[in-house]
Amino acid sequence: MEEGEELKSRDGSAGSSLLGKNNNSRGMRNPLLDDVLERVQGRDSSLFKPSPSEINMYQYHLDEVLAEPGPTVDKNKNLLRDILDISPTLSEAASAIIDDSFTRCFKSNSPEPWNWNIYLFPLWILGVIMRYCILFPIRLVLLAVGWIIFLGTFIPIHFIMKNTKLRQKLERGLVEFICSVFVASWTGVIKYHGPRPSRRAKQVFVANHTSMIDFIVLEQMTAFAAIMQKHPGWVGLLQTTVLESLGCIWFNRMESKDRSIVAKKLKQHVEDSESNPLLIFPEGTCVNNEYTVMFKKGAFELDCTVCPIAIKYNKIFVDAFWNSKKQSFTMHLLRLMTAWAVVCDVWYLEPQTLRPGETSIEFAERVRDMIADRAGIKKVPWDGYLKYYRPSVKLTEKKQQKFAESVLGRLEDSDPKRA
Amino acid sequence: MGNTSSMLTQYDIEEVQNHCNNRFTQREIVSLYQRFCALDRSGKGYISADEFMSVPEFAVNPLSQRLLGMLEGLNFKEFVEVLSAFSPLATIEEKLNFIFKVYDIRNNGKVSREDILRVLCDLSGNFLTDDQRQAVVTQALEESGYSKDDSLTPEDFLKILQKGSLKMEVEVPID
Repeated sequence: MEEGEELKSRDGSAGSSLLGKNNNSRGMRNPLLDDVLERVQGRDSSLFKPSPSEINMYQYHLDEVLAEPGPTVDKNKNLLRDILDISPTLSEAASAIIDDSFTRCFKSNSPEPWNWNIYLFPLWILGVIMRYCILFPIRLVLLAVGWIIFLGTFIPIHFIMKNTKLRQKLERGLVEFICSVFVASWTGVIKYHGPRPSRRAKQVFVANHTSMIDFIVLEQMTAFAAIMQKHPGWVGLLQTTVLESLGCIWFNRMESKDRSIVAKKLKQHVEDSESNPLLIFPEGTCVNNEYTVMFKKGAFELDCTVCPIAIKYNKIFVDAFWNSKKQSFTMHLLRLMTAWAVVCDVWYLEPQTLRPGETSIEFAERVRDMIADRAGIKKVPWDGYLKYYRPSVKLTEKKQQKFAESVLGRLEDSDPKRA
Repeated sequence: MGNTSSMLTQYDIEEVQNHCNNRFTQREIVSLYQRFCALDRSGKGYISADEFMSVPEFAVNPLSQRLLGMLEGLNFKEFVEVLSAFSPLATIEEKLNFIFKVYDIRNNGKVSREDILRVLCDLSGNFLTDDQRQAVVTQALEESGYSKDDSLTPEDFLKILQKGSLKMEVEVPID
């Protein structure tokens, strides 16, 4: 843990040197990307920058991942050779080009085609016809009926009744109902393990994230309030009307400039024992359900119990991973609705609290361990938002520093006057 | 084969294999092709610098800019050829040649003192001063019997680096 601690003390001082450096191609912001993001998704990508303590955590994990110690200069060996031999660094780079753990997190693994011979192909065609021409229309009708019932009851209740406990209870029940309708519309076979969440103050729920349907799957059992990105289109409309009544909190452009506003809202929410239990997806982005990326520490700094939830989808009929770059949510839903079923396991795990002497990042990692273990998925030490920005220059600097120190040692060794 | 959205035929695979002197097996080439297509998100037939840099593990490497110069804009055949230096089947000469090319940025067949200083600068960042770097390079050259302003040829590289163990192999994952 020595290196980690050493880094933490450099927190403030290294920050200013970061700003002084003008290394555009390796810097933290990519202006083109920012522009696109702002236009397409309405996101202010300054939200994505990790805090200094998170950068330290990444460095610690990065060292574990890149086990190669990197170039050093050994005292008894030929100095010229050590200087010129850049092969370890080159190998790391080549290895990253050929396969890297970050890109793997977002790969949708297409299943092997099984319909390739003369017996299976007609069966498969039959299956396709059944799914698209029989099941799909039935599901659409079911969904439509469900929505009519839901809107028919929700709208009057919301606008006519006063904001009493009864109204909130009814709204919760209705949201749980419509989520069950959604789940039924893709024939969701969901097994819940563990004690159901109870309403209490000072508790927050965290889960791994694969698709927007995670929220629906969990919501049909308990009416959570979640913290979400504001989406465009019909999803956004739903968010502002229905989900607002549950107490959901938004990241939107107005507030994203100030992380602490959102943090304050979160804190207020958990302290209120009347509010719905809060659900947070600390990964911050959808991952393909084979891996988890680093958890953001925000959910773990709220000074309350954290109840982990692990979700694992069975890819047997369909891959539930929503690659938001590749398809819209509507297309994703359609894909689910034309599959036989969505099979999934949900485990409600034992509530955890911050242990004495544990930082919130360590706490987040500990909970991530629990969730990854339970769901049988692997962990990678990368921040999910690296999809949108470049890694911090500080991570490169650690390697440079190590190399520089060994070189200096050699220099001083042979001629103390020179250095 | 420039169009990355097409599948590789047996002919394509063999052509690529010949081009890289059989340093990769056919299965490895198929795997590399999948990777190439995954990185080349817009299907242009080559990987841009931006797409390389979107791999965080690559972006944090001190020599990433240098390697970008050697790798960006290549089609798949050329891409495999460049990477073949990292195959376990590659000869020492091929590996050393690759290292030489990383240093010899002006491509004039010689690695000058400035070239060495440049790479040293990439590797050490702001943690060594210019004076310290100059001192290290001078000391290194003189210790090995060169004068401090000498340029190194590929033969020199062979002589200097051959004795040690070059850690220059990567494994191509085969599904």
